[in-house]
Amino acid sequence: MALDTNWVSSWISAAATTVTEHKGELNTLDREIGDGDHGENMDRGLRASVDALAKLPADATPSAALRSVAMTLISTVGGASGPLYGTAFLKAAEPVGDADAIDGETLVALLTAARDGIVSRGKAQSGDKTMIDAWTPAVEAASAALAAGDAPGAILDAAATAAEQGSDATIPLVARKGRASYLGERSAGHRDPGAQSTALILRTAAEAAE
Amino acid sequence: MTGDAGTTDRVGLVFVSHSSQLAAGAVALAGQMAPSVTLLAAGGTDDDGIGTSFAKVMTAVGEADTGSGVVVVSDLGSALLTAETVLDLLPEDERARVRVVDGPFVEGGVAAAVAAETGADLAGVAAAVEDARSAWGEAEAPAAPAPAAAAAPAVRDASGYTREVLVRNPQGLHARPAAEFVKLANTFPVKVTVNGKDAKSLLGVMSLGLTAGATASIASPDSEGEAAVDALVDLVESGFGEV
Repeated sequence: MALDTNWVSSWISAAATTVTEHKGELNTLDREIGDGDHGENMDRGLRASVDALAKLPADATPSAALRSVAMTLISTVGGASGPLYGTAFLKAAEPVGDADAIDGETLVALLTAARDGIVSRGKAQSGDKTMIDAWTPAVEAASAALAAGDAPGAILDAAATAAEQGSDATIPLVARKGRASYLGERSAGHRDPGAQSTALILRTAAEAAE
Repeated sequence: MTGDAGTTDRVGLVFVSHSSQLAAGAVALAGQMAPSVTLLAAGGTDDDGIGTSFAKVMTAVGEADTGSGVVVVSDLGSALLTAETVLDLLPEDERARVRVVDGPFVEGGVAAAVAAETGADLAGVAAAVEDARSAWGEAEAPAAPAPAAAAAPAVRDASGYTREVLVRNPQGLHARPAAEFVKLANTFPVKVTVNGKDAKSLLGVMSLGLTAGATASIASPDSEGEAAVDALVDLVESGFGEV
């Protein structure tokens, strides 16, 4: 599928479905090292985003769709993931501009802008045991795939795989940002819920492009 | 500070908390010391669950800005993220009048409210939140009650004008008397210290832990500082209406 507005809609629908399926798992991960509502919050935000996208005019651009998702997440999520993912989608829309479809180069710029938005909003660095630890490997893998001449679908697949590995890699880390940082050393041994939701959402982005 | 300043001249404050009760409680607490400042609570999610609401924060920031700007204080990290997201999405002209400050929610919020009450500008109110962080950090153990020295004679030397006064009221320089003290200090355009701390900083004064029986050394290095020192000594001697 071309990465157009329909792709954004398919992606967010699939992300909402996946997050609903994994809601309990995300809540449990968050309960272990946070406040226990990550699955609940993301489920509510993504389902509201699906509704918002359905109300967009038929000729809406992909960037308008991304901005709609951004504002919906910011307004409905209620936890830290609202401003973080909301900022990611808001920044992701910028490199897309008025284009009707997203090519490989723009896709990498989109992912990079999303990651940079999360970094500037949350002020976390790699290794702090946050969603950045899934996003940064994803951006790096996407850049490498683009350099290797991959098509957008394969770029997204590489990004999703790297995000999944990045989520796995958060397990031994000690949290230095977010609610989990209050636990200090006790946060080690648990997967970061934000890194896991990032991996789930990027996997659905790749699947929607197939 | 001008005594007849209307409320519209004051910087407003928004308290962003994960809990609607916590935000409302902070507003009530700060309001005791800052009756003419617009203090608004933006706590909880849209349906008053635990979390933060972008819409509540956005609305409160708009309502708290009566022209002199708004300082936003927040409790846990994601409240700060929500507040900063609101800031980013405000129109540019409004954004220039909003400061989102990362500092202790209760102590910073109360210090900011008192600063706003005394007529501080946007930068001054924001600085009060930041000062609150360091003021508690360097707080020393409360001074042991000093012997009940009678009003010591004033000392005027090269370093300025200094008077010592016994804290008489049972509660000491705790929240309300400390706020009264700081408010009075802020009416004088001179530098005044109490036991070396800025007499115009609520958290600075409160961090001294001046309990009943302690001695406060009030000083001003300024040549025009006598009136300020004398007025503050009189206030402490009055017992703040508690004795």
